[in-house]
Amino acid sequence: MTTVETPTTEAAPETTLERGYVGLDYPRKEDRRLLQGQGVFVDDIKRWGMGYVHFVRSPYAHAKILSIDVSKALAVKGVYGTLTGDEVALQTDPFFQIASEPGAHVRDYALAVGKARYVGDPVAAVVAETRELARDAAELVEVEYEPLPAIVDARRALDEDAPILHEECGGNLAWQGTYEWGDLDAAFAEADHIVRISELHFDRFNSTPLELDGALVEYNRGTGQWTLHCNNQFPGFAIIMMGPALRVGLDKLRFVTQDIGGGFGNKITSHPQLVACCLLARKLNRPIQWTEWRTEFHQSMSHGNERWFQDIEVAVKADGTLLGFRCKALDDAGAYLRYEPLGGVIWSQVTPGMYRWRNIRVDFTQVMTNKAPVSPNRGYSRMQHLWLTERIIDIVAHELGFDPIEIRKRNYIQPEDMPYETPNGCVYDSGDYPRALDLALELIGYDQLEERRRDAESRGRLLGFGIGSTLDSGTNNFGQSQLINPDLQFSGNNEVATVKLDILGEIVVTLGTTPQGQGHETTAAQVVADILGCSPDDVTVRAGHDTYWNSHAGFSGTYASQFAVTGLGAVKGATEELARQMRVLASMVFGCSPDDIELVDKHARIKGNPEAALPFQALGAIVNAGNAGFPEDPPPLNARYVFRPKFEVPDKERKFGNLTLTYAMQIHACVVEVDPETGYYEVVDYAAVDDCGSRVNPKIVEGQVMGATAHALGAAIWESFVYDDEGNLLTPNFYDYHVPHALDMPPLRTGALESPSPFTPLGTKGMGEGGGAGIHAVCAALQDALRSRGGAIVSDSHNPYHRVWAMLRDPDATRANVEVVSK
Amino acid sequence: MTAVAASRLITVEINGVTYEHEVPARRLLVHFLRDDLALTGTHIGCDTGNCGACTIHLNGEPVKSCMLLAVQVDGASITTVEGLAPDGELTPLQQAFSEAHALQCGYCTPGMLMSASALLERNPHPSEEEVRIALQGNICRCTGYWNIIEAVQRAALSGGSA
Repeated sequence: MTTVETPTTEAAPETTLERGYVGLDYPRKEDRRLLQGQGVFVDDIKRWGMGYVHFVRSPYAHAKILSIDVSKALAVKGVYGTLTGDEVALQTDPFFQIASEPGAHVRDYALAVGKARYVGDPVAAVVAETRELARDAAELVEVEYEPLPAIVDARRALDEDAPILHEECGGNLAWQGTYEWGDLDAAFAEADHIVRISELHFDRFNSTPLELDGALVEYNRGTGQWTLHCNNQFPGFAIIMMGPALRVGLDKLRFVTQDIGGGFGNKITSHPQLVACCLLARKLNRPIQWTEWRTEFHQSMSHGNERWFQDIEVAVKADGTLLGFRCKALDDAGAYLRYEPLGGVIWSQVTPGMYRWRNIRVDFTQVMTNKAPVSPNRGYSRMQHLWLTERIIDIVAHELGFDPIEIRKRNYIQPEDMPYETPNGCVYDSGDYPRALDLALELIGYDQLEERRRDAESRGRLLGFGIGSTLDSGTNNFGQSQLINPDLQFSGNNEVATVKLDILGEIVVTLGTTPQGQGHETTAAQVVADILGCSPDDVTVRAGHDTYWNSHAGFSGTYASQFAVTGLGAVKGATEELARQMRVLASMVFGCSPDDIELVDKHARIKGNPEAALPFQALGAIVNAGNAGFPEDPPPLNARYVFRPKFEVPDKERKFGNLTLTYAMQIHACVVEVDPETGYYEVVDYAAVDDCGSRVNPKIVEGQVMGATAHALGAAIWESFVYDDEGNLLTPNFYDYHVPHALDMPPLRTGALESPSPFTPLGTKGMGEGGGAGIHAVCAALQDALRSRGGAIVSDSHNPYHRVWAMLRDPDATRANVEVVSK
Repeated sequence: MTAVAASRLITVEINGVTYEHEVPARRLLVHFLRDDLALTGTHIGCDTGNCGACTIHLNGEPVKSCMLLAVQVDGASITTVEGLAPDGELTPLQQAFSEAHALQCGYCTPGMLMSASALLERNPHPSEEEVRIALQGNICRCTGYWNIIEAVQRAALSGGSA
């Protein structure tokens, strides 16, 4: 039974908005079209004469491309044309690299040039009259390869004899950096116990949005401008990548999205394929339609960052106070650096996790391997690091005999510490972590746990309980990229909205964002309605994104938990400006001061005088269609606002500064039952508590909590991109890569706290990623369940049944991973 | 391979409209619906018949339209998501989906609605377990299913089916 409760809500948060529609579970404006099959997703868009593109992909993980012969494909009736890597290398420049040395030398193009570097690397493209024909003709393209040895295990990538992916980099190192804050020597000198963990592994998976990547690309030969109807979720980034590669100004690239069938970060790095489509649209003089197939997505698109943590040492006091830790982090970026090595700094948004330890050192190394390129995936890079901190807590508790709840409460950053500056200068804005943990325990019925444990034992099952406490840092300061590469010029963040009162009094909003189900049309309308004195039903928020709407800026898009701050901050700013203009206009008509005007019930009226009221329609008409004889220039009733959070560029030497504006928090608790004979287990109970500050639409927030929970459970139990030693992906479709279905989901109770952010216009915090709390909680629960059978240590984020069986069978092998030195 | 596949004339009733169409023998039903008839409410999320985004009713039964060739539906009667509420008035099931926040991106939603409406047709008062079983062939990546299950049960309580 699904029980959804919100047992505790804090006192109404302080915002500068009078709450009317904001804070309500207002029904979503998007639903009506989506429920009737009237959404417009990218593959729904068609143009006269368009050609379907199919990519020819490498069957080898690493191979020289000796020759490509497209003649047989071109000879087929209905085939419009082809594109090869050689053409791409002539017509484009390599994509700009974020990395400093040595990753800066990677030469990455829309198609593989000279070498293929992973199974699925596109080496050519074929365009034809139908999908079927394009796919068939792609098989007629003859590619002569010279296979090369592949490097699959990141831990071997820097070996002397390791095959090198990008010779121009001189090896497989992408980026390396040392992060150290506090006084590690003093911390370890003060420690009563030192807990050593030799290796932990965070697995490779991604959130596999149900809609695949795609585009309908048109080229305007007269203006040299491309229109890309697509589902890229970060046009700000894609345009910056694509314009220089295509050797055009950024205004030549118009991105249009409407409905996007899930993104989760995985639709950020489609720029190589989009460039291929642009080149084909220009070359063949016809619109190009690209829709990825599921296997192509699994083989080539946006894997999550796989990460090894090695030589972990934790300094612990006798009373359980955690003083600090040091470790190596080895990140596997796959074959190209498409958004990387940003993962090498983004984790440090949450350096201490939720804990007060002040002495932390991480030696971070990112390498390239012959696997699909990684790029952001829900919880991007912070999830991996937060999993490390949660594993440390539970392993320390397990080895030293602390209660996992008590050690958390002892070490959590406390509510009175807020706002809290972390050792690396990030500022946690607000929150009450101990209280959130108590709420999670209450929701899951923790006081009944021992009784349930005995009941499970009587049925031959091992019961385990685990906590995952995690952060969802939001609204990036892109200045953190300069910690990766001091020569980069990116910093801060922004988002844009426009709001206008149109000719017949319609209120029309445009956003720079690219929503994928987060309900932006609804929440934006709630904010507008409260400011303008109308209903959200009176507000039209245009669906999706269009870079030609003048609501586009360098960081526009929907990613990294920020809409409720940046997007709605822009909406609020623009709407307040429109409201000001409306009051000025009404004051001109009535001959009074703008301060005497109020906006109520879709009228601008003199305060306290309902008779002196102009309907919005009249205001719109005066400016737009009836302005002759008006004595003064009326305001335009059209406002654009760029929301900019106040950030400084971080200190590059100390790697110190505020990297994100808000810190939403989630605490998850779960109960598992393990069959000790087989390792099969089920999550039998689950609770998730979220605190994302003020909630504009609690139902939408809860939906995000649920979705993030489901992703985490999938990653913890079933979902993994598994490669063999030669670099073949063994889970290239939904048969082999099991995503949870309706029967897999445990009973869930949700709870919420509201600790408004003092730093944001609405008291909101970005949320939606969930920080992988479910992965942490399942790992902890499994370790708890196995305690009575040899006390295995859970060292991997992904624990399919066979791995649990192995831990049951040989717990000592896992225990060898941990050593405790007590003084 | 052959450059031009053999084709065949089929007659099929879809959402109450009868279509006569020449289709290539190899064309999947889902591509026929989407590309030839512009019934784009039926979606595609996988290559393997796992995801259920393409679920339609074929002679009243829920089937995955990516697992059939268009020529196989010659003479059949089909309902797609566009046919659930042809006059624009949402069905109780569709309303329940909105009320329970059972959709986020909306990509799996048409398939979910088709599977759920077929369930409610044959079993107007399903248990939670029966709802989960009926939806196990439909993948949703946004919601975690909890709200979808609640929506189907709400629709059942309100006595509404398709």
